[in-house]
Amino acid sequence: MKPSGYRLDATFAALADPTRRAILARLADGEATVTELAAPFAMSQPAISKHLKVLERAGLITRGREAQRRPRTLEPRPLAEATDWIERYRRIWEGNYKRLDAVLQEMKSKEKKAVDALLESGKPKLRKRRTR
Amino acid sequence: MTPTALKVTTPTDRELVMTREFNASRGMVFDALTKPDLLQRWLLGPPGWTMPVCEIDLRVGGKYRYVWQNADGRKMGMGGTFQEIVRPSRVVATEAYEDYWTGGETLVTTELVETRGTTTLRMTVRYASQEARDAAIKMGATKGVEASYDRLEQLLTA
Repeated sequence: MKPSGYRLDATFAALADPTRRAILARLADGEATVTELAAPFAMSQPAISKHLKVLERAGLITRGREAQRRPRTLEPRPLAEATDWIERYRRIWEGNYKRLDAVLQEMKSKEKKAVDALLESGKPKLRKRRTR
Repeated sequence: MTPTALKVTTPTDRELVMTREFNASRGMVFDALTKPDLLQRWLLGPPGWTMPVCEIDLRVGGKYRYVWQNADGRKMGMGGTFQEIVRPSRVVATEAYEDYWTGGETLVTTELVETRGTTTLRMTVRYASQEARDAAIKMGATKGVEASYDRLEQLLTA
């Protein structure tokens, strides 16, 4: 699928800010006006509007046509494309790290066996010197 | 005893950060990350791939090269140069795929922090430019993208 009308780097840049992520999380529950979106934040409406502009430019939200309220709506497609990539990346690495868990477990049991063998054989350093 | 789940975040437009905890000392994790015979057993990517080539010259300025191969014989090579090595806590290395345009070298920083026998691995991948990042995304992007609020939730709470 070719990105159309938005760019992934703009998506990621937009997602890098915690306020913008919170706005998107709110919009995932349904459309909201600027006033409604600003309510949970200790921020002025112009500051919130600035964040909304960034999200709009990234294609993550759209503005309703209703002249009075102009509610913002979440646009799931660019976000899905970005999260899909991250999810694929995450799955590959989770597979890698599960195998690494097993390798580390084996290293630990080998080390334990070596320590046990050392303790059982008494004082290996002294014996080593004697043979020299 | 269960290690925490892998976290993937995108703190800036050029970076990707992964964190994961391991039930082992960081000396052991460091070895598993830098010794070929150990690395070849786990750094395999998607199912069906093996890593027949794993060369590591672990010193500043030293090079490494990995080649993966799948059942059909398809190969994929990657390599780079070590820029920083602080055993057992930190490795910085460049990274470039042999058959893909990556827009310059990607810088990968791996940090290991140990707390009471548990080691937290933090890997930061920093792309050379926004175009490089786009290329990496296109390489990994899957077809038929569908809206998924589950994944949105995951990303937003990351």
